[in-house]
Amino acid sequence: MSESLKLSYTVDGGDFVSAGKASEGVKRTLKSIGIDPAVIRRIAIAMYEGEINMVIHASGGTAEIEILEDKITIVLQDKGPGIEDIEKAMQEGFTTATAAIRELGFGAGMGLPNMKRYSDELKVESTVGVGTTVYLSFNV
Amino acid sequence: MSQFKPVILDPERCNGCVSCMKRCPTEAIRVRGGKAVIRYELCMGCGECVKACPTNAKKECYDSFDGIKDFAYTICLPSPALYGQFSNLVDINVILNALLALGFNKVFEVASGAEIVSAGTQVLLENKDFPRPIIGTGCPAATELILMRYGHLAPQLSPIEQPEVIAAKLAVDEAIKETGLPREKIGVFAVTQCAAKVSSLKSDSARKYIDRVLAVKEIYFNLLAEIPSTQEKPLADLARAGKIGIGWAAASGESSGLCIDNYVSADGAENVVEVLNQLENRRLHGIDFAELNMCSSGCVGGSMNVENPFLARARLRILRNKAVLSVPQISCGEEFCRTEYQPKDVCKLSQNRAEAIKLTKTIQDIHAGLPGLDCGACGAPRCMALAEDIAKGEEVACKLL
Repeated sequence: MSESLKLSYTVDGGDFVSAGKASEGVKRTLKSIGIDPAVIRRIAIAMYEGEINMVIHASGGTAEIEILEDKITIVLQDKGPGIEDIEKAMQEGFTTATAAIRELGFGAGMGLPNMKRYSDELKVESTVGVGTTVYLSFNV
Repeated sequence: MSQFKPVILDPERCNGCVSCMKRCPTEAIRVRGGKAVIRYELCMGCGECVKACPTNAKKECYDSFDGIKDFAYTICLPSPALYGQFSNLVDINVILNALLALGFNKVFEVASGAEIVSAGTQVLLENKDFPRPIIGTGCPAATELILMRYGHLAPQLSPIEQPEVIAAKLAVDEAIKETGLPREKIGVFAVTQCAAKVSSLKSDSARKYIDRVLAVKEIYFNLLAEIPSTQEKPLADLARAGKIGIGWAAASGESSGLCIDNYVSADGAENVVEVLNQLENRRLHGIDFAELNMCSSGCVGGSMNVENPFLARARLRILRNKAVLSVPQISCGEEFCRTEYQPKDVCKLSQNRAEAIKLTKTIQDIHAGLPGLDCGACGAPRCMALAEDIAKGEEVACKLL
């Protein structure tokens, strides 16, 4: 029987400095479990992108992580404005971030594309006016 | 750094307070039976505990100056941080001549070795295939932290040797030519400012070039006493290093020697960790070089210095501005590069993944029942560290419950 380990984090909105705390915590746990560093790096990048997305677009949200012996899943959920056209949002360089946010070096339109690139599976569910849920999974 | 202990405890002086334990960046200290205990497998030798100890119970380990008697001929390799320890110093030659007066036969500046590293790093920066940012290895504590906690960044560590090792190789070659003595009769003494440097110079890869490592603070007063004698005759011109080499003594010095703008330079343990985390998240896009100094202010902040780091830094700035821009005559070839760095597996809870997941769950459960004040009264730096200790079977408990 394989045991599963669950971690959960709240991501605060509007705070770029503390954004990344959740992926930081996940990284630390994965290192102590002995996951391959290259995989940890992929997970860290994908999750950080997700966290930043919630900070930029949705005034925060939650991150739920489940760690199994051979698989790690991450669910990022927010009650933000939702994504109008998911297909468009998946295109590299497409962004709805404000100029001010781009000035900070974020919002380059690489969030979802990077999450797709670095994960083994990505699923995005979104309803305009209700919120967005991103499922990421990684085989380890 | 398991084979060499960078810092040891004087149990007589330790009063069991939590000062050092709280400051240790890798949580390598526990208080057990009223005394601090260092877990050496996690110690990177940064010296934060030495600086934090209110009773001077923590001591860095280094060699004695008396070792000079063990060799027919001795070479001193002073670190540039040493130059910042003296007030009203107008000429670095004063210090270098005073070192000869102290009994060394030859002086070769670590700053000269550093200039070769800088030139070598400039060449490395032209290699677009080398992963970015290239991470400088001037601070051995930062290098150790990367190998312990950020193992996958190891390929980004600069392969160029430490300045001390390069200085040692060149100085020994010169000494053999000058004296005809065999290598074993020549003693190479580095004078340095921190426990991590001692540790790294005593590692397998460096100790064949460097015989002894002395502390700035140990030779300081004797050196000060020799300064008047250097005024009796004209100073021998021994200073070879220029602005770039001298600059290595303070934070951002290594970076500014590269003549590039797109570098990051972080000093102080917390800031180094912050930058490493950003590096993991690939937030340092477009940055070619990262300089990481565990000590605030860089090497002048090392615990084996005698002078306040900010004052030392101000003095070095004056010396640096006065110095020439020297271009090393020797290029940084293969002989000045080391073998690849090997990450260390110190974070893993268990070799077996299922076992590690189970243990992490146990830690989470224990942690949920702790007050979460991170007070340290139990002898662990944070409640999470206590939960880990309990889960691993240590007989420790929260003092507040």
